[in-house]
Amino acid sequence: MAFSRFASEVRAVCPIALALGLCAPLASAQSAALDFRQDIEPVFRERCQGCHGEATQSGGLRLDNPRDAMKGGQSGIAIKPGDSAGSLLIRVLSRPAQDGPVMPLGAEPLDPGQIDLLARWIDQGAPWPDDPSDRAQTPSVTKHWAFEQPIRPRVPRVREEAWVRNPIDSFVKARLESEGISPSPEAERSVLVRRLSLDLTGLPPNPDETLRIEAGAETYDRAVERLLASPHHGEMQALHWLDQARFGESDGYQADYIRPFAWRWRHWVIDALNRNIGFDRFTIEQIAGDLLPGATVEQHVATGFHRNSLHNREGGFPIEMDRVERTVERTSAVATVWLGLTAGCARCHDHKFDPITQKDFYGLYAFFNAATESDIDAPLPGELGPYLERRPEFEQRRGELFEQYKIGELQAYWEHRILEAATDPSSDLEPIWKILWDLLLFELDGGTETVRTPVNLRTPKQSDRLSSYFVRNVVGGYDFQTPDGYGDLDFSELKSKYKQLESAYPALTQAYAMAANPSPPQTRLLVRGDYRRPGMPVSPSAPSVLPPLSKGRPNRLLLARWLVSGENPLTARVTVNRVWQQYFGTGLVSTPEDFGTRGERPSHPDLLDWLAVEFMESGWNLKALHRLIVTSSTYRQSSDLRPEIAEIDPSNRLLARQSRLRLPAETIRDTALAAAGSLNRRIGGASVRPYLPEGATEIGFGNFVQWPQSVGADNFRRGLYIFRQRTLPYPQLATFDAPDTVQVACKRDRSTTPLQALTLLNDPVFGDAAAALAGRLATGGGATAEDRIRYAFRLCLSRSPSPAELDRLLAYYASQRRIFAEETGAASQSGAGAAMDDVESSAWAAVASVLLNLTEFLTRT
Amino acid sequence: MSERPAASRVRTGDRTSRRLGGFAQPLPLGADPSRESCLSRRSFLSDSACGLGAIALAGLLADDGLLGAEPDPLLPRDPHYAGTARNVIFLFQAGGPSQLDLLDHKPSMQRWDGQSLPESLAGDLELAFIRPDAKIWASPRRFDRHGESGTAFSDLLPHTARRADDICVVRSMTTDQINHHTGQLKLACGTPFVGHPSMGSWVTYGLGSESRDLPGFVVLNSGSGADAGSGIWSSGFLPSSYQGVPFRGTGDPVLHLSNPPGYSRASQRARLDALRDLNEMHRARSRDPEVDARIASYELAFRMQMAAPELLDFSGESRATLDAYGVEEEPTAQFGRSCLLARRMVERGVRFVQIVHASWDHHAELKKGIEKESRATDKPAAALVADLKNRGLLDSTLVVWGGEFGRTPMVEDRTPSREASRGRDHHGLAFSMWLAGGGIRPGQVVGETDDLGLRVTEDPIGVNDLQATILHCLGLDHTRLTFRHQGRDFRLTDVSGNVNRKMLA
Repeated sequence: MAFSRFASEVRAVCPIALALGLCAPLASAQSAALDFRQDIEPVFRERCQGCHGEATQSGGLRLDNPRDAMKGGQSGIAIKPGDSAGSLLIRVLSRPAQDGPVMPLGAEPLDPGQIDLLARWIDQGAPWPDDPSDRAQTPSVTKHWAFEQPIRPRVPRVREEAWVRNPIDSFVKARLESEGISPSPEAERSVLVRRLSLDLTGLPPNPDETLRIEAGAETYDRAVERLLASPHHGEMQALHWLDQARFGESDGYQADYIRPFAWRWRHWVIDALNRNIGFDRFTIEQIAGDLLPGATVEQHVATGFHRNSLHNREGGFPIEMDRVERTVERTSAVATVWLGLTAGCARCHDHKFDPITQKDFYGLYAFFNAATESDIDAPLPGELGPYLERRPEFEQRRGELFEQYKIGELQAYWEHRILEAATDPSSDLEPIWKILWDLLLFELDGGTETVRTPVNLRTPKQSDRLSSYFVRNVVGGYDFQTPDGYGDLDFSELKSKYKQLESAYPALTQAYAMAANPSPPQTRLLVRGDYRRPGMPVSPSAPSVLPPLSKGRPNRLLLARWLVSGENPLTARVTVNRVWQQYFGTGLVSTPEDFGTRGERPSHPDLLDWLAVEFMESGWNLKALHRLIVTSSTYRQSSDLRPEIAEIDPSNRLLARQSRLRLPAETIRDTALAAAGSLNRRIGGASVRPYLPEGATEIGFGNFVQWPQSVGADNFRRGLYIFRQRTLPYPQLATFDAPDTVQVACKRDRSTTPLQALTLLNDPVFGDAAAALAGRLATGGGATAEDRIRYAFRLCLSRSPSPAELDRLLAYYASQRRIFAEETGAASQSGAGAAMDDVESSAWAAVASVLLNLTEFLTRT
Repeated sequence: MSERPAASRVRTGDRTSRRLGGFAQPLPLGADPSRESCLSRRSFLSDSACGLGAIALAGLLADDGLLGAEPDPLLPRDPHYAGTARNVIFLFQAGGPSQLDLLDHKPSMQRWDGQSLPESLAGDLELAFIRPDAKIWASPRRFDRHGESGTAFSDLLPHTARRADDICVVRSMTTDQINHHTGQLKLACGTPFVGHPSMGSWVTYGLGSESRDLPGFVVLNSGSGADAGSGIWSSGFLPSSYQGVPFRGTGDPVLHLSNPPGYSRASQRARLDALRDLNEMHRARSRDPEVDARIASYELAFRMQMAAPELLDFSGESRATLDAYGVEEEPTAQFGRSCLLARRMVERGVRFVQIVHASWDHHAELKKGIEKESRATDKPAAALVADLKNRGLLDSTLVVWGGEFGRTPMVEDRTPSREASRGRDHHGLAFSMWLAGGGIRPGQVVGETDDLGLRVTEDPIGVNDLQATILHCLGLDHTRLTFRHQGRDFRLTDVSGNVNRKMLA
């Protein structure tokens, strides 16, 4: 049989899709002269320099520069150019273990191919080009602007002081003056009111609010305060934060199991933002709230940020690989969200221009590797009392039910068998028991630990969860062979009775949190990011280009405090940049996810630093930051385009006008529902599943994904609360560029597509909104068609129509009346109620639909 | 509340667009000197009806960095070099079809049937469910050689076998993934990670779309739905304009394509006219070219409302064609319809059609399961190749058939007492696919596996190699088709992939 050598190499290939890195050097080694940079240096860097590099030189050997490497160490010369056989380096890499320690010590040996490479390189004379551009990178990386502590710059003087409302304007105006460009005039009041309301709350102003401001009964600044204090402000800010947090409510893989209480973390976010707890606390509680002394339930809940990682429960998927993947993902997410660094690329190896090395990555990873997932009771106010009161009765009735179906005996039998199958591979049990064990491992977090724990030592929560799992997922199932003597029991009946029982008693809201792992695994650098290839041990540490952590136990709490310490040059810059992006569409740094050496430089470096310092000194006060921006003259400019400066500043980076931003997906929904008067303004709480087009669930795995439509007013909640099933993104949100919830999203697309047009024209959600708006016009819009159109403009665009607009819509209204009257079966739109007949209400719904489709309606101008 | 239109039944995740907003990314062919010429190719726009040209206007007037400086992202673009294919139909066989029972004939397995795999061969095989010492199970299927090429096919694929001289069977596929979700992502997107763009997205990103009123990348579903869900037609970090648009085989093909109840085509037109006029008034005030793009997107939607029903209308197809695809009979109706639609889409300029058929995941009861899936797909897939050939479309259309991995030579036996319950586990070290048309050399077999079909012995072709080869057929160099994301230039083939020359004509 011809089993080639190739096959075993295929097996060795890292699952993280870096096959080339492994195979390419082999190929080139056989054909041509070796390239030190490409073939040899990566081996030294990944496999040797952890112990023989800049930081440590075990045995006196250093392998990161030619001078030291050729000198050798305490054991003598390591590399004899031209003589691989006589080189100690090759000997310690390749000798049998009985002949002495094999390098790398305590880690997986090098591949034969890699050793072969090194040997061939030595035989070729061990050429080691001295390239100053390489290591000289290090100092230039540390000099990178974003890694320098921001210092509050002097506010520049401008010629036209009158335009300046606060220092933001001085920075912007000074730059404009240097370019010889004047700013745009202030936007009209009606535009400003709508802009402010959409930006701060994600909802349009109601006509009364607009009129009050237009009439001068409320000043602009008072309106800012009112909107910042609105609980809808927390919702809007949460929407932005959820993008960062890749918030989703299902596992994301294969069966895409739902996470029924993921909303509890969102609930915390909205509340924390409304309470304006300070971005430092906001950070610390999410990164490490569980480690705070005397942590409250809410602080535990906050750590749910880390629980937004995807989770692969596919049968047969290596558990440890999934754990490593989640830990890697958490590490990358924190690095991107707080530090604006794309650390994920460093999991496999160093990159020449990346400030984050592989060791840096695993230094950060170590913090999260010491954490474990923990599901907790997180009752909302008012839940605990009734729960405690009725719990004993529930437990008694559950005991009776389980007794009736012999659950105690069956569960003991199941536990015994699967434990045996798992612990004794040589047992004669049918393979199904091992599969059932694996299923438990995948499907119930902590389930196998419970089975391993003697019954009398289990916590009540552990016991409850296991028996619930057994009743719901195991007994009576396809894979569980019911033992003799129990065949008469009707387990599907049991399941439905159990379900009924559970729903009849109050339960506590749960939350997905993090906790310190009491026995954390040692963190090792993973060679090529492969969980099966542990390299050198790594301790928790901050990236080497950034200031070190303060003294103390190196845990997540220390990391969290370091992120928001005054010394961290990135967190404040990254955060103010992202907030800026909300108001102007583009950040001062246009790559919000990348403040590293490959990211864009800021358009206004001094303004960015001034804002960062101001933000820190304000006590990381987010609302103060929002206030500062929206009260600036820069923000209040008109967004009309200016052809005369289009060539000088095509991307509006100089900010000589406001930006015109197509609204986020959720806001489009909310705005339409608000204009229609049907928006449910309830704050927080569980997610909803509004109307989904028929057949939309069919793409899920084996049709596992269910979408039981919400009832009544829940169908009209804000887009923020729509259930985020990862493999079934809600169509309207996806069509309008809502992020996919599987990875950190620092900015959204704002596309213009025909599917968006079809959605706004034909999606029943928007059809219903148009009908409801028509009804609103009938009841509150006045008697004449003109009055109604004026009212519709107020509701949708916060302004009055121009005469031309009015005429055009009147003509359209008349033509629709005629068309609907002529065509058989005039559309019956019930939203209008008794005030209009069918033709009339259909015509008004058509008018309303036109307004809900206008570019202006979809745009924050 | 108004009544829901009964016809709105399209799957979700459907995003497409004609226009790129908010992105300042270089076009994929940025380094290519042909870029200028392809971007200035405005003839496409000027001869198009109903104001699509307004999109180009938006591009020309672009002076708003936030809302649009880029031309239509789906404008047809020249490839890196002259390719042999213009369109791709990817018959994505999710779940892992058993190559040993379909395409990789291993008569030598009989000798070891029922024996454990020797430990030396098992090594540290990665297996999802079974143990490495599981017993070898020789394929119970009958294989015969077909066509002038003499390629062997099992009795499960009688129709495909008749196309032996039109297709190229690859028996030496390998993947490093042994789980469905990650395996499907790898096959569709080049890496096992979520959030990466799928092949169809990369291709439309690279070449744009030839269709004026249909999306450039369409997904059709057949069977029970793939494990990776929308991930296998995701645009990932590419602009959402390149997202695959799922079509239903029946009913309303695109989400919200039908007018709401009560809206005739005339009233829909009147609605769009009023909308356009008001938008133009706004355009005059704000001078925002984005308004033009928005107007154009409505015109395009209106045209799509016409084009999609025409696409789905098979009344012009001959009886022979309908029968060949098995459109009106079970069990071929669903896959047959999808295959016929794929041909019709390619005729109308759709760049990339992905038909997802699930599931071939036969851990147990393989015999029953594989017969069912084969019967549902064999005839339509073969008909597609024949039909494309008869119409002269096969030369420019690349058809790919295959799944995320194959299955083990060893048996998976969850209930050893029942022989019918036998199945096979996931296997990535060696599996089979077939390709046809678009510059693939027909009537040949590429690659070879060992006597057990356990490992590849000749011409190993990794998933990234396959992807590099598909892109090559389209005239795209997989190392140059890149997109800057989070500070790095990403590509479909990640850091791997070589064009396989043996497959090419």
